[in-house]
Amino acid sequence: MKVVLENLTKVFPSRNKKVGGEVTAVNDFTFEIPDGKLIGLLGPSGCGKSTTLYMISGLQKPTSGKIYFGEDDITALSPENRGVGLVFQNYALYPHMTVKQNILFPLQNLKGEDKLSKDEMLKRAYDAAKLVQIDELMDRKPSELSGGQQQRVAIARALVKMPRVLLLDEPLSNLDARLRLQTREEIRRIQRETQITTIFVTHDQEEAMSISDMIVVMKLGVLQQIGAPQDVYDSPENLFVAKFLGTPPINVFDGEVRDGKVYIGKDAILDAPGVPDQYVFVGVRPEGFELADDGALHCELRSVEVMGRDVSIVSANPAAHTPIIRSIVDADNKVDITASEVRFNLKPHKTFIFAKETITWSLGSEGKTVYKFDKHNQKLNAIVEGRTYDMGVLLTDEEIAKLEKQAQQSLNPVAKFFVKQGKKVLAAAQTKVAPLVNFIQNHIPEKPALTGEFTYKLAMGKNSEGNTLYFAGGVSDGKLVVTDDIANAINLHAEIVDGGYNVYYLDGETKVYPEISVENGENHEKRIFL
Amino acid sequence: MVDSKHKWKAWLYLSPALVLLAIFTIYPIINTIRLAFLEDYNMMAAINGKVFEFGFKNFEKVVAYRGFTTCLKNTVLLCVLTVPISTILALLIAVALNSIGPLRRFLQTIYFLPYVTNSIAIGMVFAAMFNVVGNISAEPPLIVTAGIINNFLGLFGVEPINWINVGSPYWANMTVMVVYIVWNALPFKILILLGGLQSVNKQYYDAAKVDGTSRARVLRKITIPLLSPMIAYVVITGFIGGFKEYSSIVGVFGEGMGPGDNLALNTMVGYIYQSLEGQHQGRASAAALILFAIILAVTLINLQVSKKRVHY
Repeated sequence: MKVVLENLTKVFPSRNKKVGGEVTAVNDFTFEIPDGKLIGLLGPSGCGKSTTLYMISGLQKPTSGKIYFGEDDITALSPENRGVGLVFQNYALYPHMTVKQNILFPLQNLKGEDKLSKDEMLKRAYDAAKLVQIDELMDRKPSELSGGQQQRVAIARALVKMPRVLLLDEPLSNLDARLRLQTREEIRRIQRETQITTIFVTHDQEEAMSISDMIVVMKLGVLQQIGAPQDVYDSPENLFVAKFLGTPPINVFDGEVRDGKVYIGKDAILDAPGVPDQYVFVGVRPEGFELADDGALHCELRSVEVMGRDVSIVSANPAAHTPIIRSIVDADNKVDITASEVRFNLKPHKTFIFAKETITWSLGSEGKTVYKFDKHNQKLNAIVEGRTYDMGVLLTDEEIAKLEKQAQQSLNPVAKFFVKQGKKVLAAAQTKVAPLVNFIQNHIPEKPALTGEFTYKLAMGKNSEGNTLYFAGGVSDGKLVVTDDIANAINLHAEIVDGGYNVYYLDGETKVYPEISVENGENHEKRIFL
Repeated sequence: MVDSKHKWKAWLYLSPALVLLAIFTIYPIINTIRLAFLEDYNMMAAINGKVFEFGFKNFEKVVAYRGFTTCLKNTVLLCVLTVPISTILALLIAVALNSIGPLRRFLQTIYFLPYVTNSIAIGMVFAAMFNVVGNISAEPPLIVTAGIINNFLGLFGVEPINWINVGSPYWANMTVMVVYIVWNALPFKILILLGGLQSVNKQYYDAAKVDGTSRARVLRKITIPLLSPMIAYVVITGFIGGFKEYSSIVGVFGEGMGPGDNLALNTMVGYIYQSLEGQHQGRASAAALILFAIILAVTLINLQVSKKRVHY
């Protein structure tokens, strides 16, 4: 059975009505799952993959969008009428029933025409049990089974009613490492034998890559890429996908495209004909390095790990995002471990470049502060009456996520409040979270409640006199909010007018800043195909 | 483990509780057993220096007492009637409460109110509700005023029933007591069962939903088996409480334990109190031991039965 998701969206209302702030768990999903395939929904925790699965099962209703099984629109159908089999993460086997009773349970629910005779039910139950190879355990209770056996029982229970679609929620997460390998092969085999379209959720990329016909990579409720595992690995569409797939992970460098060449630091590593000059991220798979005495990329050699078949070279480069870069080369290569430097050529099909764009604002006129984003140094500068103040480095999305997590874990109620609002806190540096939170604490409570999808970004830095400066800005309903004062950021509102922005205060006073320009950050981390 | 050097500290911290337990629980238990076997023990006589023989005479007297069978019958009947009714009602109410959203907290409070109300006071309210003032045995009956229950039944054309007043029949008395005890026992049972329901993993219900399980079947095949430990607990404590029934009857009928103080609804605990009032401490102790033996036996049977029915 083909499964089609069309603009599927799920918005969870805030738990606390007074604070407000909705969470979009799944955002405008559209994709088609071909009949009879094994599909892995893959993403970090909280990316909405389980929510997607539960919407397909019918246990959760989508906020908008449609779900089709084949040609049938099943969006409005209740779970039992969809013909799905669902295997829960902790299996949800009824502890008081034997394995046989558990497997029979769905069949005993059938009514009317579908009702089966006792013999038929038993036959179906034993068939399902044989398929998952637990037919010898039929009289045991779940508590007397190992995790792997419980998993099989759960699969048998889901299969026994011959579902059109089989759904598995993190099927391997409760198993130990050895069992996990075995069980994933088992899931593959069962899927092959039954030919039932199977969708499973996992956060483990290796698991998804190894058994899926197709993987769907998700991040924060947004579909990132869909395709055959090898294709997605070989040709990631953005930096997130590139980083998420592969062990050891991809090595990421800050780089630059200049005069049709890609540079890491001073080393021109790749030709990039026709690509405009810009700063980029360069991702190189561990297997994308080739040792060469005259190699383009210069790295500082740290150590060499021999793993038999391969050699893993650990080195360092100032432009790399991680302290060490790991490259895997053939064991035939001899590495001089006494050397201080190692040089590589990069394989073009294992090297990807991604755009490095950040939302930037510049705000000027009337003697106000002008914010300029210094692309080269990735820094934000505030220019007040001709003087430039360093506002600190803008953070990446991951760093923001880390900050949010810290705020969530801290006991500070305002920090929590802020996170609950669904806002992104952007601080100049992680160590500066505490003063930032203090500042918010001093200003937020008296302000009116924030509404709408407001992405709140904050930056902080010190000016030349040592005073702390704050920068706040955000986009709400396509409107820009920008100010150097967090307190005012809430009162400020801006909207697009011809070629610029109208900034006005919510209290009615309107000021026009025609020079504001917004550099679109939409392509940030997107792949630039060479 | 506590360092042996500091062991005395542990004992020191435990001592207040231990001393109180020794004085108010352990000593009385031992003394009760002793008194039960001292024939015709009487505290006044004991103070005057009388020495009592050791023997089983107290037990013989208890069993031979003609009110004893009434007490035993009433006690057993109240248990057998009220425990199943209150458990089933509590289960249904708990399941209903667990499945509703908005009014749940309010209703939970309402259902919990009897728990915090004094049982004698409730008994008096019940007495008023079931009361009849007038001469019901006159021809035709002369009713001056009737309690709310009779007035309510009157709406359906039912003649006023003499529930609890002088001359009322045994079945009517029993009905009032069953209603009263069930109502009084509900809050605790609902509380326990609701707690149990809330700890049941919601995924069992999700799994049942995906499989299209009807609500009745979910209750029968999933909820009740998963709640079985709590149900067993509620039934066992219900029986233990039932065998100790006394204050509820005092609440409705007064210490006379029946309409017109006729002791028709006397219970085991009632008998023990009356023996104590009559300065028959020996007999009271013997009756207490008999009651203990009955409760022990019933609890053991309960545990045995629940072993087969309770899953986990």
